[in-house]
Amino acid sequence: MNAARHSTGLGWRQAFGPVDAVGVEERVAKYTTRSIKKASKLWGLRCAVSMVDLTTLEGKDTPGKVASLCRKALRPHEGEDIPPVAAVCVYPAMVRHARRHVRGTSVKVASVATAFPSGQAPLRTRLAEVKAAVGDGADEIDMVINRGAFLAGEFGRVQDEIAQVVAACGPATLKVILEVSELETYDAIRHASFLAMAVIRPGDFIKTSTGKTGLNATLANNQVMLDAIRDHYLETGVAIGMKPAGGIRTAKQALQFLVAVKETLGDAWLTNTRYRFGASALLNDLLRQIEKERQGCYQAPWNFSDATEAY
Amino acid sequence: MTRPAETPRARTRGSAAALVFGDLWEYDPAPETADPRLQEQYELFINGRFIAPRGGRYFDSINPATGRRLARIALAGKPDVDAAYRAAARAFPAWSRLPGRDRAKYLFRIARLLQDRAREFAVAETMDGGKPIRESRDFDLPMAAAHFFYHAGWADKLEYIVPGGRARPLGVVGQVIPWNFPLLMLAWKLAPALAMGNCVVLKPAETTSVTCLKFAEILRDAGLPPGVVNFVTGAGGVGAAVIAHPLAAKVAFTGSTEVGKAIMRQLAGTGKRMTLELGGKAANIIFDDAPLDQAVEGIVNGIFFNQGHVCCAGSRLLVQESVAERVIPRLKFRLRHLRVGDPLDKNTDIGAINSKAQLARIRGLVAAGVREGADCYQPACRLPDQGYFIRPTLFTGVTQSHRIAREEIFGPVLSVLTFRTVEEAVEKANNTPYGLSAGVWTDKGSRILKLSTELKAGVVWANTYNKFDPASPFGGYKESGFGREGGRQGLQDYLQIG
Repeated sequence: MNAARHSTGLGWRQAFGPVDAVGVEERVAKYTTRSIKKASKLWGLRCAVSMVDLTTLEGKDTPGKVASLCRKALRPHEGEDIPPVAAVCVYPAMVRHARRHVRGTSVKVASVATAFPSGQAPLRTRLAEVKAAVGDGADEIDMVINRGAFLAGEFGRVQDEIAQVVAACGPATLKVILEVSELETYDAIRHASFLAMAVIRPGDFIKTSTGKTGLNATLANNQVMLDAIRDHYLETGVAIGMKPAGGIRTAKQALQFLVAVKETLGDAWLTNTRYRFGASALLNDLLRQIEKERQGCYQAPWNFSDATEAY
Repeated sequence: MTRPAETPRARTRGSAAALVFGDLWEYDPAPETADPRLQEQYELFINGRFIAPRGGRYFDSINPATGRRLARIALAGKPDVDAAYRAAARAFPAWSRLPGRDRAKYLFRIARLLQDRAREFAVAETMDGGKPIRESRDFDLPMAAAHFFYHAGWADKLEYIVPGGRARPLGVVGQVIPWNFPLLMLAWKLAPALAMGNCVVLKPAETTSVTCLKFAEILRDAGLPPGVVNFVTGAGGVGAAVIAHPLAAKVAFTGSTEVGKAIMRQLAGTGKRMTLELGGKAANIIFDDAPLDQAVEGIVNGIFFNQGHVCCAGSRLLVQESVAERVIPRLKFRLRHLRVGDPLDKNTDIGAINSKAQLARIRGLVAAGVREGADCYQPACRLPDQGYFIRPTLFTGVTQSHRIAREEIFGPVLSVLTFRTVEEAVEKANNTPYGLSAGVWTDKGSRILKLSTELKAGVVWANTYNKFDPASPFGGYKESGFGREGGRQGLQDYLQIG
């Protein structure tokens, strides 16, 4: 895999090609005109539920809140046909609490690590955090890349750090957060995607954002990363997963992201082993739409557990 | 749905990487249900009234998605065309003397009425012509309204078009439009003619007259004075009568090069002005530094937009040989999830071929491509059982001498050629009798500027394709015709100076 690492001989633009901002935004606008109705809507909604990384990443998180989150993750709503979500996503300190509630189920424990969200800690601290989270029972690690190094042009360093986190992960799945809003351009998002994909393992993920900055997952940066995943797959045969995170709050948005997956990477990525949504409010909107499809009318917010609507 | 199964993760590299665009998640039918408010039968629109043709003859307009009759359309005869011209000539003095700001009011009104009824017109356009509802809804209708809005703005600014000169309308203009964008081509023709104070006799294509005659309802509702615009319907014979009529001060034609040449011969020495917008065989040129994913999208948009029934369609793809191996598989993936089918379905990307005759012509040229040894690729998509459909088609291994690289196919058929140097790209792109449009895809600005001067094409798009704006002149070089539509340049073709 080292051979595929970032080559210094060839400029990265020549190696990976540029992205045309107008073109990519035009492309994704077409996804939003897809009309998803009836059975296909229901399938998409359920599929999206199964892809949610149900997330709480706040300073005020407590074991109790995490317990509540885990219950929601296991059984999002009444009814046998609603799948559990893919994972709960928490801070490292909450991993052992989450572990207790989801042990033996299909729901994974994902932990952000590497001094999330800024990544501004010494590498050894970040690696230690990863090891601690894995040691506490995290199945998946969501790391942040070193954006400072990336923007300063130290691409080799960014990639080496990712490789070291891969090693620290052991058996845990890794999701590499590019923090797209800090990379500024689609070109940079594409470049960073390739930097990460060259050193992570099949089944690991690249992820848009921490959810802690102004602009998070959009259809356009999702598309740039999906295109990169497809190119990497066609080139190497290594299938990398994708996780847009932050800003996806409605079922309608989630379906549009899934349309992008279907029309870019195809059927093999329409599964939670290869596609995830990092979200919290999204889950209840998905459930609300599923109930609407089933019953023909919208249910009140209080019919859904953990609803955050204010009335 | 059961929960997507978790497969044990393979930690070894797969070898045969292939993407599956299957039916794991099928989109359910999503038909557009707005009522097109069609009549059983449409009459001629002459002197502000709907009147039966004197010959009493009608012909069928076919819905190409079903092959069944959509409406009966009046067949105009020479006396009808004559009546239309005389009505226009009677209306001309008052209309041309109307202050520009008052003519603008009519145009603004027409544009707004068209917007009000956009959904209804989009459905009618799709049923009559076969184009996907997504395109008639998102492109044809908004653009048609935009042309009326834009030209309404010019109507009271004639003196600014030719500084120092006096601009006067020409008189009655005869216009003949094609079937690929029935309503939009009507807007391109009518709006500048009316804004400048001309009166019009217009003939739509025989396969797509319905939205034109529906549009007559809008003209009537807008209170446009009788005779300013007249519609006569029928096939080529009616078009010839419109072109040849002695009262025509100018003739504007959009259609095939063959007919365009016949018109030029016919009008030689008559003193009539003319503009012709004819065929094309545009080159879409992809350089190795291009944004490839967006280029693939642009290629698809360039050739499969409106089933390839676009005179400026990017029907020849020139790919730099060093990236051909990356571009062509991506293009094939993209083709595999283009949705061919019911034009009224909101998820349809490629609708019905406009007519049986056109379908036969496309099939004939595809067969010629295969016979001449090019490699034909068509995705294995399902086609509807009825109506006129064809799969999007990609030919690789095409040379400049193949018929599919030289003749305008006017269908969803793309011919792929490769090139090595910039000079070769320009040479191949220009090696065609046509010169309507071209596309250039590169990350290098200087190369775009160089090519935009070297490509003999009326429009050169850079890192995009099929972009239109009422303010941007459109028209051709060589056998693609002359005269411009849109922008200030387009207005000058409807004026005399001095």
